[in-house]
Amino acid sequence: MTTEQASLRTGRPRARTRGAQLRATAFGLLGIISVAVLWEVYKAVAPENGVVIAGTRVLPRTTDLAMPHTWEMVARLLEPTTSQAGAAPLWLTVAEAALLSLGIAAVGWLVGTVVGVGLGLLMQFFQVVERGLLPWIVLSQTVPLIAFAPVVRSWGSRIEILGWQWPQWLSVAVIASYLAFFPVAIGMLKGLQSPQRTHLELMHTYAASRWATLRTVRLPAAVPYLLPALRLGAASAVVGTVVAEVSTGYLDGIGRQLISFAGQASGDPAKAWAPIFGAIALGLVAAGLVGLIGLALRTYRRGEAA
Amino acid sequence: MSTTTEETSSEAAVVATGIGKTFDTRDGEVQALTGVDLEITAGEFVSLIGPSGCGKSTLMRLIADLDSPTEGTLEVFGKSPAQARRDQDYGIAFQQAGLLPWRTVGANIGVPLELHGVARPDREKRVAELAELVGLTDFIDRYPDQLSGGMQQRVAIARSLAEQPRLLLMDEPFGALDEMTRERMQAELARIVGESGAAVVFVTHSIPEAVFLSDRVVVLSARPGRITGVVDIGIGRDVHRDEALRETAGFFEKVTEVREALHGTPVTAAAREAR
Repeated sequence: MTTEQASLRTGRPRARTRGAQLRATAFGLLGIISVAVLWEVYKAVAPENGVVIAGTRVLPRTTDLAMPHTWEMVARLLEPTTSQAGAAPLWLTVAEAALLSLGIAAVGWLVGTVVGVGLGLLMQFFQVVERGLLPWIVLSQTVPLIAFAPVVRSWGSRIEILGWQWPQWLSVAVIASYLAFFPVAIGMLKGLQSPQRTHLELMHTYAASRWATLRTVRLPAAVPYLLPALRLGAASAVVGTVVAEVSTGYLDGIGRQLISFAGQASGDPAKAWAPIFGAIALGLVAAGLVGLIGLALRTYRRGEAA
Repeated sequence: MSTTTEETSSEAAVVATGIGKTFDTRDGEVQALTGVDLEITAGEFVSLIGPSGCGKSTLMRLIADLDSPTEGTLEVFGKSPAQARRDQDYGIAFQQAGLLPWRTVGANIGVPLELHGVARPDREKRVAELAELVGLTDFIDRYPDQLSGGMQQRVAIARSLAEQPRLLLMDEPFGALDEMTRERMQAELARIVGESGAAVVFVTHSIPEAVFLSDRVVVLSARPGRITGVVDIGIGRDVHRDEALRETAGFFEKVTEVREALHGTPVTAAAREAR
């Protein structure tokens, strides 16, 4: 930009016009519809027993048991969950479980974010900590979740403080936070280290303290790194919650529901798909909520354009 | 913080005696500067000019306490550079404007004031003054990415003047600008500096720029960086620096004189070929 006319540009970064928003929505719907169409076309065209090459099934069976019609899945959502009188519709049962899991994932995400941001700050402030801690942080993510989930649960069940019993869902949240903290810690550290040299030298010439430099330069500069990290953290928290629910035997969430409804699939194939949709919706809502944080902090993303 | 304009011109802003600076690099020690003696009086505009790698930026960074000399002594207003920095005796501008992209023009100009605890009403008043000084009053609520390169550099200059420093350190502030913008910015800087009465250490590659702005041009040669000549420009602070000045015979004479000082020594010629 060499002309002063450039300054006449008043647009906010990433501000989208109404037309672009509509187009994005249309593309989203088109994506869902094309998956459904693909599903039905395959079901109609492919052989009943799937495609088997050299004894290995490379494409799935197309029976109603393995691949129920999409409209049956949707219709099943509106029917009662069980044949018992007064049973809630399936979508409601799934939504309740998904919301519960969302709450647990949110707690896990929050704990993970606090821990991750804290670790990032600590590592930026003390290089010794970065050298000593960073390898362990990376290593922590190689431990399979299902290996320590029962351990966390059994520790949790022994915690009792002044009559307050550690609830089982908190164990699930702790396990979710174990996955969520990682991208946040790495993103935070990277972001805090990202300011231009000129900015840091300027702060030095102002005789600014480390704290003032952190507040004025490092934290704002970290935002563009932190936002995708928070989003990754949210996705990790959701996955962590679902897996932890299964491996700790927590019964009320979407994770357990996935297993138990899959068990009923032989008699009620469409039902097994409902919690899968629930889990997908859960992930989307979680990502969307984190996206709102990005919207609130959009001023700090100007650095991405400059 | 310091007040400007009143001190006598005899007071020294910068006194460098026998300054040397070596950097430890992978290829061994590199002598960036050696035996630099330089005195800059208050209110004086001094340009440092020389080929790439002659240590002119290094010298400015030593004065700013962004680096420390390995030999010699350096005084800024009779104090150590570190003390002068802590006392905010100087303002600084780099080749990159170095604006914080998430802050508006006004908030960028106000950064040093904010850091040093100037109350909001005083800060806003001062920022408005500075924005007017650099001609950006209408752009005070814009963000850096909405400004041209020249305008960004003006914000950086306003920021360097925020605390009325007695000394301005500028490291090729117009180096990234196109020639037209550059000449306009030079005229503006001459006016602004004239109004502030501050001494200036101005690092540049450009001979006409140095002659146009300076009272004195200090010529450095490369490897090791040392002062090979000093040219008194003698245009005087009271002379209005405008386009007409660039076409006077006296201006051309001084440009030639600086060029000869720059190219006259074998060391410099070798460095020029190396580029």
